[in-house]
Amino acid sequence: MTAAVIDRETAPASAPPAPPAKRRRNRPIDQPPRWQIFLPLGLYLLFTLIPFYWMLLFALREPGSDSLVPWPMTGQHFEKVWNERGFDTYFLNSMYVGIASMLMTMLVALSGGYALARFKFRLRMPFMLALLCSQFIPGALMLVPLFEIFRELQLLNSLWSVIIAETVFQLPLSMILIAGFIRNVPPSLEEAAWVDGCSRLRAFLAIVLPLLRPGLIAVGSFAFVHSWNHFLFALMFLNAQDKQTIPVGLNTLIGSDSVDLGALAAGGVVAAVPVVLVFAFIQRWLITGFSAGAVKG
Amino acid sequence: MADAVKERTRPPRRRRGGSSPRSLPYLLIAPAGLLMLGFIAYPMLSVIYYSLQHYNVTKPWRDGFAGLDNFREIFTDDPFFWDTLLFSAKWVFVEVSLQLVFGLALALIINQTFIGRGLARALVFSPWAVSGVLTSTIWLLIYNPSTGINRYLADAGIGEYGTSVLADTGTVFWGAVIAELWRGVPFFAILILADLQSVSKDLYEAASVDGASRVRQFWHITLPHLRDAIVLSTLLRAVWEFNNVDLLYTLTGGGPAGETTTLPLYVAQTGIHGNEFGYASALTTVAFVILLFCSILYLRLSKFGGDDK
Repeated sequence: MTAAVIDRETAPASAPPAPPAKRRRNRPIDQPPRWQIFLPLGLYLLFTLIPFYWMLLFALREPGSDSLVPWPMTGQHFEKVWNERGFDTYFLNSMYVGIASMLMTMLVALSGGYALARFKFRLRMPFMLALLCSQFIPGALMLVPLFEIFRELQLLNSLWSVIIAETVFQLPLSMILIAGFIRNVPPSLEEAAWVDGCSRLRAFLAIVLPLLRPGLIAVGSFAFVHSWNHFLFALMFLNAQDKQTIPVGLNTLIGSDSVDLGALAAGGVVAAVPVVLVFAFIQRWLITGFSAGAVKG
Repeated sequence: MADAVKERTRPPRRRRGGSSPRSLPYLLIAPAGLLMLGFIAYPMLSVIYYSLQHYNVTKPWRDGFAGLDNFREIFTDDPFFWDTLLFSAKWVFVEVSLQLVFGLALALIINQTFIGRGLARALVFSPWAVSGVLTSTIWLLIYNPSTGINRYLADAGIGEYGTSVLADTGTVFWGAVIAELWRGVPFFAILILADLQSVSKDLYEAASVDGASRVRQFWHITLPHLRDAIVLSTLLRAVWEFNNVDLLYTLTGGGPAGETTTLPLYVAQTGIHGNEFGYASALTTVAFVILLFCSILYLRLSKFGGDDK
């Protein structure tokens, strides 16, 4: 074992409590041989990518062809799902649901998370406990009472039923995560701003919020992806065709008597594109976001 | 600096951030608290209430207090209950343990430095963003008996034409397991990788100076450090895999012949499609108690948050 590969210049005497926004480059000392990295990684990449490729293949290939390359390429499947199968409406509805529940989750979780991270108050522990316990309550199993509540509130067939339900079931985890991120911001930063005459709110907005960015991105993207993807609430609370979301639209394609594989694949691509884009954009922050205090918190 | 602060104490002083009213934390948690009371606590209580009722919209003449009838029926008269419970247990155990092993391996690999790491990370993690229904869509295309992957394998001389993984009771379980693994592994890998990055490098340095092999370093440094993250993500994932209905609902519909019906799927079938709200609520209550019991047991056995590190 040669220990000579260590380069000691990385991170010169790391600053005491590093601000959470700073990313660290990890460099294990004893590197394994290359093939031990690339062989398993390559195999796993195949397992990950072949299914995506398969979907694209069916979405782009002309009907009746059985070539393994989507050539000649056709856009007719996309045209069909978008214009005839109502995916234009589903897409918009899913966007509404995803963005609205993401914003609501972030706002409510930020406020609650701040209270949990910065105050000692009597209901703090019971509230934390309730958050943890709510993780074990199966959302899928509460469909019946939720259905009745939304019926009473006259929100069935309104996107708000789904937005509220998604937000509520995102909240506990988001709040725990955000409280963890806020705890990582040294309180002295805020206190300094108060001394300078800032109100609590201004100090929070000007000092703490910018430092929370990676964490907020992680939580927000989680919320968006989750509500974009979630199927059961939309299936149960939205009956009108023009109110449904993409997962429900996909399910109707799966369920139709003669499954049109081209249309199904094209619908799948439409469902995948926004979330995969969001993910590609945020995946770097995702890791830092979590390591910033979530798992340890 | 201190002088400047003193000078600023003008008479009509705004309330400064430091001295906020005692009600502030309660105001801050109020939105979250109210939402959770209304849409988690209240529904949960009504589930328990309904579980003691005969409640079927299509048979209103039977409505009314049922006592423990629903529960008696679940444990003594309902053959499906035990089947679905058994399948749920098998599903959760197989899924979570495989996801943990692969996720850990993947995180360890991605944590190394190598050329193209950023791209590889983005690619292998991408199924995380994909929904249960989309996973079903993709794997339905792959498993399709006439145009799926098996057809091309058959062309190459492996297997035979026209077999359908999802229609055969012998293969449907593993077909579903693989589909769910595809998007479940990144979840573990992401959480474990996040925690891996916080392991102090000095520890490895010291260990490798002392001549500890990489395998030993893994067992004595990495794994103990990851313990809490592993315990927590395993628990969350297990609860999630138990509760999640999307994938099996759309991939197999619980079939063939009820072979892949989990308990939540069974609840959805009796409650929503069968209108047996009372009975479905009793099933829900049982599922919740089982879940809570298993979670507590798991946290106890794994000594979560234990002092040794």
